[in-house]
Amino acid sequence: MRKFIGSTALALSLLGATALSAAAQDTLKIGYIDPLSGGGASIGQIGMNQLNFIADEVNARGGVNGKKVEIVGYDNQTNPQISLVQVQKAIDEGIQVIVQGNGSSVAVAVSDFVTKYNDRNPGANIVHLNYAAIDPVLTNEKCSYWHFTWDASADIKMEALTNFIKDQEDIKKVYLISQDYSFGHAVAGAAKRMLQEKRPDIEIVGDEFHPLVKITDFAPYVAKIQASGADTIVTGNWGQDLALLIKAAGQAGLDVDFYTFYAGGAGGPTAIKQANLENRVFQINEGINNQGYGPAEERAGALMKRFSDAPVYYPRMFNMMDMVFKAMEEAQSEDPGDFVPKLEDMKHASFAAGDEGFMRRDDHQFFQPLYISTLGPLDSGEKFDEEHTGWGWKMAASVPTESTLLPSSCEMKRP
Amino acid sequence: MLEIIFVSTLNGVLYGMLLFLMASGLTVIFSMMGVLNLAHASFYMLGAFFGFEISRRLGFWPALVIAPVLVGLIGMAVERYGLRRVHRHGHVAELLFTFGLTFVIKEVVEMVWGKLPADYRVPPALDFSAFTVFASSYPAFKLFVLLISVAIFLALLMVVRYTRIGLIVQAALSHPGMVGMLGHNVDRIFMLVFGVGVGLAAVAGVIAGPILVTQSNMAGLLGPILFVVVVVGGLGSLGGALVASLLIGLVQTFAVAFNVSLADLFGNTAVAAVLSVWLSDIWRVTVAQVAPILPYLLLVLILIFRPRGLMGTRDT
Repeated sequence: MRKFIGSTALALSLLGATALSAAAQDTLKIGYIDPLSGGGASIGQIGMNQLNFIADEVNARGGVNGKKVEIVGYDNQTNPQISLVQVQKAIDEGIQVIVQGNGSSVAVAVSDFVTKYNDRNPGANIVHLNYAAIDPVLTNEKCSYWHFTWDASADIKMEALTNFIKDQEDIKKVYLISQDYSFGHAVAGAAKRMLQEKRPDIEIVGDEFHPLVKITDFAPYVAKIQASGADTIVTGNWGQDLALLIKAAGQAGLDVDFYTFYAGGAGGPTAIKQANLENRVFQINEGINNQGYGPAEERAGALMKRFSDAPVYYPRMFNMMDMVFKAMEEAQSEDPGDFVPKLEDMKHASFAAGDEGFMRRDDHQFFQPLYISTLGPLDSGEKFDEEHTGWGWKMAASVPTESTLLPSSCEMKRP
Repeated sequence: MLEIIFVSTLNGVLYGMLLFLMASGLTVIFSMMGVLNLAHASFYMLGAFFGFEISRRLGFWPALVIAPVLVGLIGMAVERYGLRRVHRHGHVAELLFTFGLTFVIKEVVEMVWGKLPADYRVPPALDFSAFTVFASSYPAFKLFVLLISVAIFLALLMVVRYTRIGLIVQAALSHPGMVGMLGHNVDRIFMLVFGVGVGLAAVAGVIAGPILVTQSNMAGLLGPILFVVVVVGGLGSLGGALVASLLIGLVQTFAVAFNVSLADLFGNTAVAAVLSVWLSDIWRVTVAQVAPILPYLLLVLILIFRPRGLMGTRDT
């Protein structure tokens, strides 16, 4: 029996190896390393859905340089150590393009690993495409030639958000509440610094850090916010930490406006609708559904129809993959060593409204127009609601690319 | 200040009572059958999703009754056809069985309802503010949750104290072997207790779902804290479970409200200067920041100083 299993395993692995090498010639494999199980799975799966959708689009056009695109998912459980094991696994399977986004702690680990791997193995040329981790260290102290990011960094978003807050005369007392890890501290630090500089009259009445994705009831925090007399909450919270905060605030009748980065993420709109916070929750991101831009509506509509039970997606992921495929075609190669130079300084009509953005050569940060929006009942003519709530995002302000340019301290080592 | 104390007490008691609804079943099952039901929080999740689905079709009130009954029946089936068979192979097998069950239930919930949070809302009849205190309104639904949990606690107490089955359950709590010797159908009692226990967890799910989040990872969020309640309260003691639940609810809620750190405590004394060097990592960490780990700290302390729990009646 054991012998039989052994020989079968051998035969299977041989078969697998030949199948792999045959497939390798006409497919372009892209590794997707994000949470596909555990608490982060709902977010990770949305990214995976969207990547598969984009791959199908490209394959229907005949692929990239004649090669079919295939997305290979690796579950990292939002854990930096597991991520590195998975990156190694992907590299061993011949993958050179790695897409990762959720969790700045994960992104920093992956970017470090990839950079060192390339140093030690000249010609390996692994590239890390980051669509969501926005801790500013990634494009400053820890920037890397092999890392590109398509979401605006926390500093950029906070700069734009505080420029908007600056002109809101009614805001007098701000409460900061953040998740207790590197990203949360980056957000709170930037908010404090920028608010003090732009509106010294605003009083910061709270600067709270709570544990990451461990709180089940935010009522105690809301009671504290209530007692502080705050009229505005600024938070970088995402996922359930934002949904539960909003829910608890709605239940206690907390009378404040929310300024967030991630209210549009999975579960956000549902919570806002439940709390009945009509046009009181603001988010800043790179695009919303009801911007009336034809190409975006068409593509987003097709994607949401295909994944109708989770109709959430990342506009920036369209930007990312469109640019990467374009760079590959310009370089006539799928080897990052060849196409990475094409990505640098590449200009791109951004997905949401077609305005131009660009990938800055100095720090590999993509600069793009940003939009501040609030969630409320749909007006006539607005097509898209969020998570089947009947409410949709409405534009409050748009920030042109030029106003998002922040300096970077990155000193990039080039091969 | 008074405002925070008042609201925190209410919130703490409410959270504590919700914990109690779940922990009461767990503690009775644990003490009687010796099975640490790792899947207990999963039945809480099932209760929330059943409640969501039924209240969408028939309304909240039918859901409040039907969902726990359904979950209770599922629990009985699990006990009758699963646990009882595994029982022969000892406690490790039982533990592994309930551990596996958590994954099965989670996967099933994800297959049926997806991974995104369900839009489970407070029923319109209870969607108003009960009273306003110091400018902060207290929702009627939360008050309702509080009342339900207190009512269930009282009912449970009556049943255990004054009915025949309650007496047998009580006897089985302290001397499980003896009860079987006396000729009672222990298997049937086990099945009943398991069903009622997970049914109570389901009640908690139905009423907590609209306040907290109804999502496929909700069992994982509350599971660990339930074991803390059972251990702190002590084996075989419903009263202990109640005290421990309230204690943990209040500790967690009040800890959040205060921004006191070691640095504030010692002020600018000479001792402080020395200590701050040695304890630099935790010197400025406030109580609010460590609030969620306090229950686990309590667990460790109890295990060191009073292993049988606050009101435990026996050691094993």
